[in-house]
Amino acid sequence: MDERLIIAGFGGQGVMAMGQLLTYSGMIEGKNVSWLPSYGPEMRGGTANCNVTISTEPVGSPVVLEATTAVVLNLPSMDKFEESVVPGGNLMINSSLIEKKAERDDINVYYIPANEIANEIGNARIANMVMLGAYIEITGSIKIDSVYEAFGKVFGETKAHLLPVNKDALKRGAEVVREQMKVNA
Amino acid sequence: MAIVFEKTKGLTDKPTHYCPGCTHGIIHRLVAEVMEEMDLLDNAIGVAPVGCSVLAYEYFNVDMHEAAHGRAPAVATGIKRVHPENFVFTYQGDGDLASIGTAEIVHAAHRGEKFTTIFVNNAIYGMTGGQMAPTTLIGQKTTTSPYGRDEATTGKPIKMSELLATIDGAAFVERVAVNNPANIRKAKKAIKEAFKVQLEGKGFGIVEVLSTCPTNWGLTPVEAMKWLEKDMMPYYPLGNFRKPEEVE
Amino acid sequence: MTKVLMKGNEAVGAAAIAAGCHYFFGYPITPQSEVPEYMSRELPKVGGSYVQAESEVAAINMVYGASGSGARVMTSSSSPGIALKQEGISYCAGAELPCVIVDMMRGGPGLGTIQPAQGDYFLATRGGGNGDYRLIVLAPADVQELVDLVMEGFDLADIYRTPVMILGDGMIGQMMEPVEFKYQQRTDLPEKDWATRGKGKGKQKNIINSLYLEAEELEKHNHHLQAKYAEIREKEKKVEVYNIEDADIVITAYGTTSRIAKTAIAKLEKEGYKVGMIRPISLYPFPNEAYEKINDNCKGVLTVEMSTGQMIDDVKLSLNGRIPTYFHGRSGGMVPGPEEIVEKVKEILGGGK
Repeated sequence: MDERLIIAGFGGQGVMAMGQLLTYSGMIEGKNVSWLPSYGPEMRGGTANCNVTISTEPVGSPVVLEATTAVVLNLPSMDKFEESVVPGGNLMINSSLIEKKAERDDINVYYIPANEIANEIGNARIANMVMLGAYIEITGSIKIDSVYEAFGKVFGETKAHLLPVNKDALKRGAEVVREQMKVNA
Repeated sequence: MAIVFEKTKGLTDKPTHYCPGCTHGIIHRLVAEVMEEMDLLDNAIGVAPVGCSVLAYEYFNVDMHEAAHGRAPAVATGIKRVHPENFVFTYQGDGDLASIGTAEIVHAAHRGEKFTTIFVNNAIYGMTGGQMAPTTLIGQKTTTSPYGRDEATTGKPIKMSELLATIDGAAFVERVAVNNPANIRKAKKAIKEAFKVQLEGKGFGIVEVLSTCPTNWGLTPVEAMKWLEKDMMPYYPLGNFRKPEEVE
Repeated sequence: MTKVLMKGNEAVGAAAIAAGCHYFFGYPITPQSEVPEYMSRELPKVGGSYVQAESEVAAINMVYGASGSGARVMTSSSSPGIALKQEGISYCAGAELPCVIVDMMRGGPGLGTIQPAQGDYFLATRGGGNGDYRLIVLAPADVQELVDLVMEGFDLADIYRTPVMILGDGMIGQMMEPVEFKYQQRTDLPEKDWATRGKGKGKQKNIINSLYLEAEELEKHNHHLQAKYAEIREKEKKVEVYNIEDADIVITAYGTTSRIAKTAIAKLEKEGYKVGMIRPISLYPFPNEAYEKINDNCKGVLTVEMSTGQMIDDVKLSLNGRIPTYFHGRSGGMVPGPEEIVEKVKEILGGGK
């Protein structure tokens, strides 16, 4: 297994946290992992992104130029990273904020209304968790239980009370892509 | 035979390299005597500067550091953080403290670092051969102000005690001179008070000592003392600028 | 001990505290500010002291004072700030003060950029400050190695009474990887009977000093330092070597660049190329013997750096003209991709596997 992700969006959409949760989960499962954030000037108001590697092999370059999955939470991120997905890889689009359709036809494309689902659950800030639930459903690269375990490690015990609502988001994300996976298959 | 006078144990037996008539010797002795009287010789850690007193680490009979030019307050900060129970002092000249080391002295005071600085101001760079210092008086001739210090291009002499007294972390600030026995006694008293401020954990303390440099001023030792009184003291007034209430 | 996921810069702080370093003097600069942030948060918990200095110049001189007082002490910065520390580093080397200095390199010269680079190789390995001195320079390639080298760095600093520089870059400072704190402190650490603690506590009056006004004395001191560096060169070289007996081409790189090179090597091997690798872990002492062991039929040694070519000088000195050398570098904060390295290798080998 060699999962290389680009997760991108506006600052504040939780792309860094989503990446860290995924990375921690991979570590819990004994995989080789790395998390590399962008820390350039684009952090200020523009797009933020992080690269995550989860692999059974030692991690070479932590920089993800050829992504097995790109998760894009806003339009500038999609414009930037659609071309970074390897043929046969996954492009996960937050369709709540991105109206555009993917141009490529050699990759699997998923449209997830992450902000709408998050709002339905009642917490606008967990759109990232909807995307994470969808990602796990699509790739099966980590177990959902590992995410639950990693939650406290990444966010601290003071945020433990937020776990139930985050579990909801993960579940809803998984549900929404299940239908699309049949189409892609 | 009864002993009526002894050299302080705060100084080593090494002969100093200071020029005839230079007042560094007096100031060294005052600092050493106060440390001995306050029983600090086994506990003190001093920091020597770059300048005429660069070799002070050989003269003070306590543990010493030799710092880079102007950095003595930073070095003293490092020492005091590791050894908060030790008595720590820096001994610096006016090139060291008032020019290259302004950031270090201002911020040591600003943090309220609990060490004491002895600041020897003789209005000139002595060790490098008599160049202009920030403390050089207007009109004073030096090797880099050969026509006399010009206010228009070099500003007015900087008054470090007044400057540092504006900083809340500076618990004790006093300017003294060593030009006559009465002032020497006052200088010793100020040094003792400043040391006490440190030992009581009240903050940063500094004693500025107006000093002579007959060699680079081009004067005899006697003339130099007179120049200090007539020219330096009016511009750099003696007195206390700041002290904790309890020490008064 | 279980692994924890840590950011490189925070791992530096955690490793230092685990190694018994309770004093840190720093100044904010991207991309290393998480080190002072971590230390300001964690040092009070262990009874230590964090000082945010007024400048990098002051910070390294605080290190001088703390080290001269017998404590384990660290400072960190990134390239422009490390340039400012050179005065104090030279004084620490001259006064033989152990300390650890972390440089998370960014693009230069001047204010440059905050993105990762490796343009401080010369500064780190050639002395950087004034006078005839060297630092032990260690270059980690991942966050676990960063932790291990920081901890070992304190031991090496104490054993040789010399400053040790950890040379990372913005990428390793910012990235998160699993780490564990497993390094065992060496048992042969010398007593610091030279440190100032007040002469009542020591056996004699101690002086921390780098001034030797007599030329004969200073030359003697320089010979003493050189003898120490010779011992360091003999005992402390660290290097990772891969497949150099058989390789048609050897790639050499350090730090995070070596990881990109490894990804490139994996791609090349899939295509049937025989590629070796030398990854210097200690940049001073430079592991020159590794290059002497490259097979004679090797067609070239490719140095890859995030600079316009600095370590390649040491590679050339080590090879002494025996094998042709090539260079591929990106600078200014650009990170080379594996494909660039693959292409360069193919260009050198002329398509022949």
